[in-house]
Amino acid sequence: MVHAHDLMAPGDRELLDKAHAEGLVTGRDRLAAMQPQCGFGELGTCCRMCYMGPCRIDPFGEGPQEGVCGAGPDTIVARNLLRECVGGAASHMGHARHVALLLKQVGEGKVKGYEIKGKAKLLSLAQGLGIATKGRNIKAVAVDVADVALNDFGRQDGEPMAWLKLRAPKKEFEMWKDLGILFSNPHNELEEAMHRTSMGNDADPVNLLLALLRMGLADGYAGLYMGTDLQDVLFGVPKPVQVEANMGVLKVDSVNLAVHGHNPLLSEKVLEWAGKMEGEAKAAGAKGVNVVGVCCTGNELTMRHGVPMAGHNLQSELILVTGAVDEMVVDIQCIWPHAAELAGCYHTAMVTTDPMVKIPGATHIEFHHDNADEKAQEIVRTAIEAYKRRDKARVNIPKYKSTVIAGLSVEAIIDVLKKVDAKDPLKPVIDNIVNGNILGAVGFVGCPSLKLRDTAMTERMTKVLLQNNVLVVTTGCTAHILGQAGFMNTEAAGKYCSDGLKAVLTAVGEAAGLGGALPPVWHMGSCLDNCRIADLLAALAAKLDIKISQLPVAGSAPELVQEKAISIGTFFLALGLTVHLAPAPRILGSPVVTKVLTQDLPSITGGRAYVETDPEKAALGLIEDIKSKRKLLGLSV
Amino acid sequence: MKRIFVRLDHCTGCHTCELACAVEHSVSKELVAASMEADRPKKRLFVEYVPDQPVPIVCRHCEDAPCLNACISGALWRDDRGAVRRKEEKCIGCWTCIMVCPYGVIGRQERGGNWLAAKCDLCDERESPACVDSCPTNALVFSEADEFASTRRRQVEAALAPPGGR
Repeated sequence: MVHAHDLMAPGDRELLDKAHAEGLVTGRDRLAAMQPQCGFGELGTCCRMCYMGPCRIDPFGEGPQEGVCGAGPDTIVARNLLRECVGGAASHMGHARHVALLLKQVGEGKVKGYEIKGKAKLLSLAQGLGIATKGRNIKAVAVDVADVALNDFGRQDGEPMAWLKLRAPKKEFEMWKDLGILFSNPHNELEEAMHRTSMGNDADPVNLLLALLRMGLADGYAGLYMGTDLQDVLFGVPKPVQVEANMGVLKVDSVNLAVHGHNPLLSEKVLEWAGKMEGEAKAAGAKGVNVVGVCCTGNELTMRHGVPMAGHNLQSELILVTGAVDEMVVDIQCIWPHAAELAGCYHTAMVTTDPMVKIPGATHIEFHHDNADEKAQEIVRTAIEAYKRRDKARVNIPKYKSTVIAGLSVEAIIDVLKKVDAKDPLKPVIDNIVNGNILGAVGFVGCPSLKLRDTAMTERMTKVLLQNNVLVVTTGCTAHILGQAGFMNTEAAGKYCSDGLKAVLTAVGEAAGLGGALPPVWHMGSCLDNCRIADLLAALAAKLDIKISQLPVAGSAPELVQEKAISIGTFFLALGLTVHLAPAPRILGSPVVTKVLTQDLPSITGGRAYVETDPEKAALGLIEDIKSKRKLLGLSV
Repeated sequence: MKRIFVRLDHCTGCHTCELACAVEHSVSKELVAASMEADRPKKRLFVEYVPDQPVPIVCRHCEDAPCLNACISGALWRDDRGAVRRKEEKCIGCWTCIMVCPYGVIGRQERGGNWLAAKCDLCDERESPACVDSCPTNALVFSEADEFASTRRRQVEAALAPPGGR
């Protein structure tokens, strides 16, 4: 669904015009050329699992209603959805396992260039895992913690994985046990899901959907939680920090080095060496090296170091069109191949670093744990060299930028709340939910979609929610969107919130010494950091002794693009959250899958999928959901 | 004569018809081989798009065909089925036909270094055109104009008439 409208962000429009004037194409052009997109694909009823196919089910009922093997639309849709979830969960697990391997090597003293900055987090994880800490060297503890994480991926004893037992909320753990969706070895989950969806295996859509929920849990605990926990151990737990967001953070007189992708293992080192090599940049005639963040590795650096947020995933192309980016260095996930072609139209060096992510036209500088310092220097030097070739006549940096308060990890939120109530930091939040100043909360996660971006889907939903006293938390690329739109600074509460929420945010902001109200939209990190949202909800539910599904809260992937949004959404469904999705997930060709996820799931996990592409209707739908949960808790609406 | 008619409400926008058309007008007449031919096979119908609605547009083989009237080299002619077709050896690539076609369904193709007009020929070697045969939802129908209209009338009747008669 593509709409013609004029809600495109002004900076995006400037750069799009520049791209067209220079004869370049971007994703918006390619999406237009791709219309109409395949109806069978959109409905999820195209099956390519075997070579008797591809088979497609006629949604009008005149053509085939079963594939060659006899699989009907319910089976086909459920299988396809599970495979999408595998793609997302595998991405997060790969990321998390990578971090665990590095932590182990750091603990063993086998790699230089990294250290353990989050000692308190390490000790608390160790204690939770039953690992002795007293009188032990911190590095030895790190090895033991990393081993628990890594051993989970090889577990064959059938016991629930250690990281899940460590991090799962108690009531939900029991619910998953009763439903038979606890899992043991996350890699085995990937294997089994691929196995059961291949030709001639599981044809029962309900059984497939139970496997889907299990894959969501595997994403949550072997991906999100494990990855974020161990990144906090290596790089430190984020604290509140004020940064600038939008493409205006690029500098005319500096070497602009954009980090894009997801894994801070690379971007942390690039940032470190960019600082150390400022002399070389000055020798090249620049004022310094300006490291800016794109997508989620950008969020990681923003959260921990206050690196400016240059743009979300969709803007990765437009940032290159400024002609002011000297290098874009990427690692994993959400990197469009076309970036290399666009970089080639300028002086920009496009650098890939991961052995499994290479792009034709890009320079590959392979980055490993054990060559991190050496390669990070090479990467920064490549940017400085490219700066010397920058064509000033082709530079156009849109002036737009906004102030953003980021770094709101759960630990940071608790620290802020402690300034209001040192003994019982969650109490002020709960009191204000009870008295209705905070009607509820919605977590925005996921991507910017070209299909909805220029309708300002995420911003318009947020405005309606804030007007109705609904607090918003966010991660990933939606955090870039909401940061750019001005929802994350000290003035935002006064501008967007109705009285109840405004009063709470002002009181907390003043108590915490922010010099203004707390922002009404909380930047909680990268898309991996969605576990921080889950953790906050788990803490609130535990304090009230209720299930997460009873809290007056909901999730939303308002512009979903990546398979990771499907796996994160599935994790949230398993946790018991209502999850709004737009555009529609590819399930609508199956009456059974659609019914289970949108109508039956509330009586299974408490979660519910909710599809709506109109921003105002979607926000009001979530508000209704929040009100119905408040009623069940006996709270005012 | 039989023509291709479109049932707009049945089109899912899958483009299968376009693929089938191009394959049918290739040398090999087989998808993979056709996709690798030096002179890329060209489709002669187009699935266009307005928001939320794919719209297949096909040659109408007009009774009073502007392309046929305008062709200055005599490359366009009407065969005994009534289909407006192109003679390869006579086409000079002046694109007058493209200029006058009210539907915009005449394209261009390269053939051995020459550029020629490419248009629907109603698949003269087949009983019904490849696009119609390939359509997974029967959005494309090959029928007489009167027959298509009467079918549509029967559908309307069924919708309007009270169940079980008066």
